[in-house]
Amino acid sequence: MKFITIDKKDWAKGIEKSRKTYQLFGPVKDENGFLIKSLEHDILPDMDYYDSVMSAKSILFPQTEKMLCATLDESKKDHHIMKKAEIDYSPRAVVGIRPYDAKAIMLVNLNFDTDEYRDPYWCDAYEATTFVGLGINKPGPFDFSTSTGTGPFGEEGLDVLLADLDDKYLAKVLTNKGEVFMNACEFKTQADEKESQALFDILRKEAEKNIASHIDTAKLKEKTILELHEAPFWDDIAFSCINCGTCTYVCPTCWCFDIQDEVKQKDSVRLRIWDTCMSSLFTRHATGHNPRETKVQRVRQRFMHKLKYFLDKYDQGIMCVGCGRCVKSCPVNIDIREVCTTMNSYEKQD
Amino acid sequence: MDYYTEKIRELSAALLKDEKVDLVIGFKQGTIPMATSPHVARTPEQAQQFIWNNNCSINLTNYLTNRKEKIGIIAKGCDCRNIVTHIIENKINREQLHIIGVPCKGMIDKTKVASFFNEEITSYSEIDESIVIKTLSDEKNIAKKDILKANCMTCLHRNPVIYDDLAADLVEEQEIEDQFADVRKIEEMTADEKWNHFENLLKNCIRCYACRNACPLCYCPTCFVDESGPQWVGKGQDATDVRTFHYLRAYHCAGRCTDCGACVEACPMDINVRDFTRKLNKDSFEMFGWEAGLDQNKRPPLDVYSPDDPDDFIK
Amino acid sequence: MENPYLPYPVRIDDIEIATEDKSLKTFKFVFLNPEDEDKFSYQAGQFAELSIPGVGEIPIGIASSPVEKGFVKFTVFKTGVVTAHLHNMKVGDIMGIRGPLGNWYPWDKLENKNVVIIGGGFAFTTLRSSIIYMLDPANRSKFKNIDVVYGARSPGMLLYREELFEWEKRDDINMHITVDGTDDPDWKYHTGFVPTIVEQNAPKADEDTYAIICGPPIMIKFTQPSLTQLGYKEHQIIMSLENRMKCGIGMCGRCNIGKELVCKDGPVFTLEQINQTPKEY
Repeated sequence: MKFITIDKKDWAKGIEKSRKTYQLFGPVKDENGFLIKSLEHDILPDMDYYDSVMSAKSILFPQTEKMLCATLDESKKDHHIMKKAEIDYSPRAVVGIRPYDAKAIMLVNLNFDTDEYRDPYWCDAYEATTFVGLGINKPGPFDFSTSTGTGPFGEEGLDVLLADLDDKYLAKVLTNKGEVFMNACEFKTQADEKESQALFDILRKEAEKNIASHIDTAKLKEKTILELHEAPFWDDIAFSCINCGTCTYVCPTCWCFDIQDEVKQKDSVRLRIWDTCMSSLFTRHATGHNPRETKVQRVRQRFMHKLKYFLDKYDQGIMCVGCGRCVKSCPVNIDIREVCTTMNSYEKQD
Repeated sequence: MDYYTEKIRELSAALLKDEKVDLVIGFKQGTIPMATSPHVARTPEQAQQFIWNNNCSINLTNYLTNRKEKIGIIAKGCDCRNIVTHIIENKINREQLHIIGVPCKGMIDKTKVASFFNEEITSYSEIDESIVIKTLSDEKNIAKKDILKANCMTCLHRNPVIYDDLAADLVEEQEIEDQFADVRKIEEMTADEKWNHFENLLKNCIRCYACRNACPLCYCPTCFVDESGPQWVGKGQDATDVRTFHYLRAYHCAGRCTDCGACVEACPMDINVRDFTRKLNKDSFEMFGWEAGLDQNKRPPLDVYSPDDPDDFIK
Repeated sequence: MENPYLPYPVRIDDIEIATEDKSLKTFKFVFLNPEDEDKFSYQAGQFAELSIPGVGEIPIGIASSPVEKGFVKFTVFKTGVVTAHLHNMKVGDIMGIRGPLGNWYPWDKLENKNVVIIGGGFAFTTLRSSIIYMLDPANRSKFKNIDVVYGARSPGMLLYREELFEWEKRDDINMHITVDGTDDPDWKYHTGFVPTIVEQNAPKADEDTYAIICGPPIMIKFTQPSLTQLGYKEHQIIMSLENRMKCGIGMCGRCNIGKELVCKDGPVFTLEQINQTPKEY
């Protein structure tokens, strides 16, 4: 494995150089807090950010994205024939992404890149993107990512993992994509492999020690879907829920979407737009019949999807990376850690 | 605040024990610093989970709409006014309710608290009129008056307007010199400045509808943004669609909004959506002398015809 | 791999009013690019997204049969935004079709078996596709007895009436057509609800008999006990479900029943499978 040392004095210059080949994305602060956004012009990623309400998923999966377009002008030869919208898939890099957010992208991949179908919008964006992660030296109180198979220095889904060593970054180059990006930045000062790895191990252990929040998921697998679905605790969990979409939109692993057509004059577009299982519209049939009419059913769907259906379907753990965003942003503090504990420890009474 | 908590538990437990109500709706301690969670108690034991502190900002009236049971509810001044509005609009009957009123000296603004630190908050406690906040590497004692929620700073009705019991003695109402200074500031902007102000205000809206869903008055069975036949508004991030949602929602609350601030409290993006509702509150006050939710026997201004209406077109 | 969201362009070749109340119309589509017809190779029981640019998409069961070439047919009930728009379209209009989508009735498993087809109302479309497929001279010998119970509110609400009456005359298929009620004194078929007609006319189950049910939830609910009474086991009852869908390819997340996605893992499930999942349909 290759390690590179980056003096923080050289950081800005290197990042600027990468702009020749990459569109950059990263954390920036505005009046509403930190957001992961496109880094226009000379804006640098704010590497001191400690949380971002929204995850990095929107870089591959924008909240609103044009999928197809068609002209409705019947004087045109190709009227009413849909074509793929033009989307720029030139190289892009997300700098400063959290390890758990990169892991989340791997989980969402399971949905969009399947044996039967390949979602070209997600997959093409994914292939175009280099993920430059930043290890979390001081995990916040909401971080329970060590319980979800990632942790503050998790590497899954990343091309480069950076460790912040005060005056410099130590970069662990994990993939070829990562190597290409480091070259574009002209970050070339190699560090000793053994020493660097040892340093990473120390940082990781130290950071993991600071994670105070844990969940136990070990017993979810052995329970049946129906057992959990019919369990008596859902009314209590759902009582305070106001059925907004916050938890699903801030979640880095929630991928559900709506498809909507819009027309402006003679031009039609087909959009894909984030959707939320918290909305009753999500499942309402045209006849008015709704399989998940009540909020209890919808709250149950969200947690069952994350903590049971996904687990059973892919056998890749739960659909949660422990970022704690939903815990923090929920207006009524419905806490997935508590729900997980309730589900995990549930024993059906005969 | 501990006194409030004890009194709320005591009153709630007694109501449930004496079967005066089927359930009591209040707050329980949240799982993270500065969080509380709406909680329903159906037994005296469950009432022991109730708490009261400076983070009980969400409006519990939201959980009353169309309920059929006999309900005990914990309510601050602004919440009580919202209950009055609910009664006026036939969403709940006064007879169904046992209101445990909470005279309130204001709730705190989490965003203001967060702005004191460059780290996540790890612990929160209250000592008299100040707040002790810890982060991983810092600790601060902040005066409550410096971190009050904006709607609490201009509140004229801290005491419950209707109640059956009180959780504490009534508090002194505030003297506010210019109740709508915030609105005036926007009114005085040029057209371009206003445009930029609102564009900037909504630029991070993710359309999660937390503002709408946290608002007790947003109880329409199908909100206009969810209507599909015809579909009035696009569902994406187009700025016009985002604005349409916020403007229409605000208008729909005109003369009804009690400025409880639940919309702002619920917003994950910290958008001050009160910029919209406040303007309509100001207009209601200036044009009709109306403050919502003060009297359950009075019809709201947009609900009545008056021969001395200041506008000509209606005559 | 191709973009699974991109519909094949088609032209409306024919529109037929399918029921007396005009709430259903049958649309016949021809592919603008003949090679798309090969790509759209389907099995009886599958569905497709009818795709109208600027309006939206709607998942509809394929009513034509794989043995019918040169066109595809869909019978559409006017209920929402897209179907209402479609009902106002004309022959010659251009739109799109995306598919075929979902699984199909388990034709391999049904070989050398008796098949009982039970349908109600306008959920007869993929069943029509299936019957045409089974009756095709190349296929009929693969199946043993074929029974069909099909009911609608009134004679005028039966879909594909001419075909039904044709099949009624054949001796290689047992038709049990029924209506809830009629004032037509010449009505020569059954009167009564589907569950009752099933109980009275469907064959008793042995190991080699399978039932395929497609219909409104209420009909399915009341037909199940009739079949159980006739000895059908859970794995012998095959059902086609409907749920709200958008993508049709298992990605948008709304049509799930438990971990199964109705659009991709279904729409066809056995009762045995459905009984393992939350009944959110």
